[in-house]
Amino acid sequence: MPEPVILLDDLTKEFPTDPPVRALSVINLRVEKSGYVAIVGPSGSGKSTLLNMLGLLDRPTSGSYRLDGIETTTLKEGARTKVRGSRIGFVFQSFHLLPHRSVLENVMLAEVYGAGPRTGRRKRAMRALERVRLSHRMDFLPGRMSGGERQRAAIARALMGEPSLLLCDEPTGNLDSKNTDAVLDLFDELRAQGMTIVVITHENEVSDRAGRRVRITDGILAEE
Amino acid sequence: MHPRDLLNEAMAGLLARPARSALTTLGTVLGITTLVVTLGVAATAGNQIVGRFDELTATSVTVEVPENPFPLVDWADVSQVTRLRGVVSAAALAESEQSANLSVRSNDIVDPTRITDQTLTVVASSPSLPAAVKGRMVEGRYFDAGHVARGDKVVVLGQHAAKMLGITRLERAPAVFIGTQAYTVIGVLGDLKREKSLASAVLLPPAIGKRYGLSIVTRVLVNTGLGAAELIAEQAPAALSPGNEALLQVISPPSPTRARDAVEGDVNALFLILGLVSLVVGAVGIANVTLVTVMERIAEIGLRRALGAARRHVAAQFLLESTLTGLTGGIIGASVGIVVIVAVCAAKQWTPVLDVRLAVMAPAAGAVVGLLAGLYPALRAARMEPVDALR
Ligand SMILES: Nc1ncnc2c1ncn2[C@@H]1O[C@H](COP(=O)(O)OP(=O)(O)OP(=O)(O)O)[C@@H](O)[C@H]1O
Ligand SMILES: [Mg+2]
Repeated sequence: MPEPVILLDDLTKEFPTDPPVRALSVINLRVEKSGYVAIVGPSGSGKSTLLNMLGLLDRPTSGSYRLDGIETTTLKEGARTKVRGSRIGFVFQSFHLLPHRSVLENVMLAEVYGAGPRTGRRKRAMRALERVRLSHRMDFLPGRMSGGERQRAAIARALMGEPSLLLCDEPTGNLDSKNTDAVLDLFDELRAQGMTIVVITHENEVSDRAGRRVRITDGILAEE
Repeated sequence: MHPRDLLNEAMAGLLARPARSALTTLGTVLGITTLVVTLGVAATAGNQIVGRFDELTATSVTVEVPENPFPLVDWADVSQVTRLRGVVSAAALAESEQSANLSVRSNDIVDPTRITDQTLTVVASSPSLPAAVKGRMVEGRYFDAGHVARGDKVVVLGQHAAKMLGITRLERAPAVFIGTQAYTVIGVLGDLKREKSLASAVLLPPAIGKRYGLSIVTRVLVNTGLGAAELIAEQAPAALSPGNEALLQVISPPSPTRARDAVEGDVNALFLILGLVSLVVGAVGIANVTLVTVMERIAEIGLRRALGAARRHVAAQFLLESTLTGLTGGIIGASVGIVVIVAVCAAKQWTPVLDVRLAVMAPAAGAVVGLLAGLYPALRAARMEPVDALR
């Protein structure tokens, strides 16, 4: 049996505030390759904290997190950064597109810090934009585009470098139903190609399309 | 990360806010311009001073003969100095305190009844004096060996003394009276470059000088070729008074290189401090703006970390941005500075002294300023935790 993409074992996150906040409490989660998980839960329950753990943006207080079979909690900063850059794609709720760079440049940025070759980067970025049907906007600045177009640009950037895990925080929060459908269709397509997807969402439409839904309440994770 | 990508990202970061980037360079431009202008003008001005300095004194050697029971230097000994290689001209002088304020009269030529009475310095000299003081016979001639040998009662007046005595022309062989003795004025010596005070003196042949206590040589003026002053200063005492050279005092010009260093050193130190202060102001400006930029771009830093940027990549980008800002300021500052130097020189009709090293070092200095100014902001950017930066 192949290694799961995500394997959380008794993962806990406490913020050292006064009093300390236990944002994640003894989380166990296993997501196989091509898995598609929706995380739901009330505000402040720990969804973003969990996504930050999965994306190696923050370190857990205790427990273990194996990503593609690599134990990440003991990795040094530099190695964590490399794993993050090469295996994880992020789609942020607020897009985080650089406002002064064209859409194409924004997508190409995903490869700037990798070890891959510079040659062909432009072509790869254009292909990623094709996948989100945004080729016609590649020379636009993000500020000149609609919310849906920006969201698709952010997704195209996340697809650069073929990550094994795609993490999305409210990917459809800003979209109308037509654009939401388009993004969800793309997720199905990506999943069919072997990508693992974890999505935070408030919308039933999104969680219904995911194969699996987990709920976080006060830092405790439960399957639904 | 590929160096070209790093350069790309830094350039894009700077060009994203072109007006701010341009304003940020301004401090460095001012600093570098000040530095280049001050160094350049100081070098040019220093060169001017040294130039004049050289002309006046770099070839002048004076041997002072102290009072002694027997005369240390004879009038004829001047020829021994003139014979030395590197000596252009030399003359002996006798001056004394009692002859410094003698009453000298002349009968006015225009109005012979009017008598002009002046208190003047009387000096005895060897016939070679005009060349030794780099002067010119404005009227008539200087006394020669013949006058000296015959003990002719002749004098030459310094240009200023002649004016005071009302003697302008010599066709009618005007006379002056020193005390009760009358002397024929045979020449007027003017345009002195050296020993300018002699322009107000009455100059006598040594044989006449004896009457006024001017029998013993007190000074020997020597002019040398360029670069020979040091050597002549060493050789002249022995030539003048073999065996007694230690008793003679030689006043030689400071070595030309030392003069240049001293002048430039003073001027440069002051100007350098000025330029450096401006540079520090420029650096603080860059540091400030870079820090503001880092704070404004926290989300961007978080994004880059999420995309796989290591701390050093983030630090390198902000360092490069501030360094490029400083370098741009340095290049503009150096260019403006050189233009200003040339303009100043044109206005002052100086020959600009442009050190090529300055044109290279100034932009480099700007870059270093930018680099140093970027250190703290870059460190702040690198220290940010991705999760905090993305919140
Ligand atoms: N850096 C931090 N320091 C202290 N407490 C924190 C920090 N980050 C999050 N928390 C706390 O941890 C808990 C979980 O926060 P989290 O952001 O994960 O919630 P969420 O489920 O994403 O909420 P929302 O749906 O509003 O985005 C909250 O109580 C929050 O106040
Ligand atoms: Mg959240």
